[in-house]
Amino acid sequence: MTMLLGGCHGSSGRAGFEMPESFDENTVYEIDFWAKNDTNKTQVEIYQKCVEDFEALYPNIHVNLKLYTDYSAIYNDVITNIATDTTPNVCITYPDHIATYMTGDGKIVMLDDIINDPRYGLGGSELRFDGPAADEIVPKFLEELELNGNLMGLPFMRSSEALYINKTYVEAMGYEIPDIPTWDWVWEVSEAAMEKNPDGTFAVNGQDVMIPFIYKSTDNMLITMLRQYGGGYSDEAGSILIFNETTGSILKEIASHGQTRAFSTFKISSYPGNFMNAGQCILAVDSTAGATWMGSHAPLSDIHDTKKVEFETVVRPVPQYDTSDIQMISQGPSICIFNKDDPQEVLASWLFAQFLLTNEMQERYSETEGYVPVTLKAQNDPAYLEYLSLGGTDNGLHYQVKIDCVKMVIDNTENTFITPVFNGSTSLRNAAGQMVENCVKTVRRSGTVDDEYLEQMYSDVSQMYRLGELKADNSISRDLGPLPVTAKVLLAAIVFTWICMGAYVLKEYLLKKKTK
Amino acid sequence: MKKFTVVFAAAVMAVSLAACGAEEESVQAPETEVEAQVEDGAEADVQDADADADADADADADADAAEDSDVVVMSYAEFVAADVDTEVVVETYVQDKQGWWENEGVGMATFYTQDKDGAYFLYNMPCSQEDYDAMVPGTKIRVTGFKSEWSGEVEIIDATYEILDGDTYVADATDLTDKIADAEALADYMNQYVSFTGLTVAEREGGAFTYGWDGSKAQGDDLYINLEDADGNVYTFVVESYLRGADTEVYQTVEAFNVGDTVDITGFMYWYEGPQVHVTIATVK
Repeated sequence: MTMLLGGCHGSSGRAGFEMPESFDENTVYEIDFWAKNDTNKTQVEIYQKCVEDFEALYPNIHVNLKLYTDYSAIYNDVITNIATDTTPNVCITYPDHIATYMTGDGKIVMLDDIINDPRYGLGGSELRFDGPAADEIVPKFLEELELNGNLMGLPFMRSSEALYINKTYVEAMGYEIPDIPTWDWVWEVSEAAMEKNPDGTFAVNGQDVMIPFIYKSTDNMLITMLRQYGGGYSDEAGSILIFNETTGSILKEIASHGQTRAFSTFKISSYPGNFMNAGQCILAVDSTAGATWMGSHAPLSDIHDTKKVEFETVVRPVPQYDTSDIQMISQGPSICIFNKDDPQEVLASWLFAQFLLTNEMQERYSETEGYVPVTLKAQNDPAYLEYLSLGGTDNGLHYQVKIDCVKMVIDNTENTFITPVFNGSTSLRNAAGQMVENCVKTVRRSGTVDDEYLEQMYSDVSQMYRLGELKADNSISRDLGPLPVTAKVLLAAIVFTWICMGAYVLKEYLLKKKTK
Repeated sequence: MKKFTVVFAAAVMAVSLAACGAEEESVQAPETEVEAQVEDGAEADVQDADADADADADADADADAAEDSDVVVMSYAEFVAADVDTEVVVETYVQDKQGWWENEGVGMATFYTQDKDGAYFLYNMPCSQEDYDAMVPGTKIRVTGFKSEWSGEVEIIDATYEILDGDTYVADATDLTDKIADAEALADYMNQYVSFTGLTVAEREGGAFTYGWDGSKAQGDDLYINLEDADGNVYTFVVESYLRGADTEVYQTVEAFNVGDTVDITGFMYWYEGPQVHVTIATVK
């Protein structure tokens, strides 16, 4: 019975990581690091330099760098490799994804105790580099990696979304650009930009093409609008709340502007920056980590120089419903450490993960795009402050739009939010974007987005993304609370049975003894 | 006492096992969901697709004549004239295809298709693995979808298809070497199978090619090359990895390019903010 009950326990997961007494410097450790870049060669070079510098400090650790340009590709590869226990040691990822990796016991190293280890923890005495202490990581960013009281990773970089505005065209239309644009303002300007000349060209740019407002990430769009409006999305327990009246009214509003062609999306049309730089888009929401693609003089561009037009770009927070309560999404890469059989190998991984938070790495990576360092140590470093002060002095390292984005995110750190992380939150996010895309496509194809349409779409999307299969109790490593009464009764019965069996054996023994 | 103890123990064991079973199912639920997304989705989807295909076949058998009379198949000229976002129906022939993959359990692939008048790019068309395998070059299909344009590339999206019996057609590559500098002229051949001869490999990020457009990717990803015409104009060509992966002859041939090589190129006239051929054959002269 004991064996049976033991077998019922069922988990074949790996035991949790325990910090070794000291790091073994006499054994060679190979660690795999799966890193994501924004299709940005400079970021690749920074990763490579980081590996070189780290290996110079720890000659017995070899870091194998594998490059990705897509978070979902890393996610898919990790999921595939979890099954064969061939995950990388360290990877760049989203918190949503880590939550899914955590569905198996002991696959992810929980960092709660590790970060405070006096020798090898953050800022520990045995580190061979000047890393940040635990209290030097921006608390808001660290909190984003907490799940059910456990720290499941470290932040690596943070960004948000920005509203990039063609100031030249918007002011030419007679509009002033507010410090904090509202959704009403954005829709009004967008519709006004659809005005045409008698020859059929658009009045604002004199061209045949004009998509006034393009939103790159439609999942972020709906999530942010719901957050600002107070509409349901999901909760910490993983309940799906997105199918509600507020969502419906938001989708109808978006669809109405999709119908007039004043609004489109990346998936339907293309990158906002391509249209904006050609003067064919005046309002674009894209990641601050895409700032180097936005504007007449953007360092990066996919369109030919002959297509570019001259205009001034300004950066603002994403449109808001309530300008007194700014809400913008927090995004950007995090660091996840996978557990392995050898604690020394895990410690090697942990040392490398910390090295990604050193000032040099944080500042250099931040400077490639509109990323914000996740440590106060880097944010307040005089060298970094000087970098920020030089915004606009050139169109390369100190590209104005990029540095404006960084400043905006730093200034609004307390206004950023994340959505609840649980196993299935990635699917919910995808579903949110899919609903926006569906509505816009439908009205562009002369369809109607009304209550009947929305009801059917909710059902279709829920089925496609298996949202109905997500249980309320689907968060990971949850504290299961006190035993239910039935379980207590069962355990008591088991104990009682053993007592009866013992009593029976004892009785038989005594009877036999007495007979003899 | 003995009987009572044995019966009671057996009952407790049975209840325990039942309870364990129930608990295990509950605890494992999240993992099962992950597996379902990554693995089982494929199978379920193929089954769905198969069921759909069977249903389609039955429906076809019952109402072939009626359907044929209802369907208005567009000519290529009519397709070109159609506005973006309008529903289109075309009959065309598969020329090539990118890899089959799954999105949220739905199998799909991108197809390069062409008839004698023009070409149609079918972007991420849902299809079963079985149908994907059946759609070899030359296969005639009827496609219903929506005309779309993404960064200049005209394509059909959200499409459904029907594999048709009958004739087959595989296009010969059209030599466009004399039109290479005229983007407007090249646009008339959008998505068609085309060729260019006598181009010179130009430098790209310090080498003869890059993995990804700026070299930020790794082997196995798209290969980008710059090729120069006789007038010194430079054009970007791509070995799209979903079309020809790292284990293919063309991928390896391009990886062996040297700056200054003279090469002939064959591929599909894809468009991204301008002509950007998806290379299928590369020959160093």
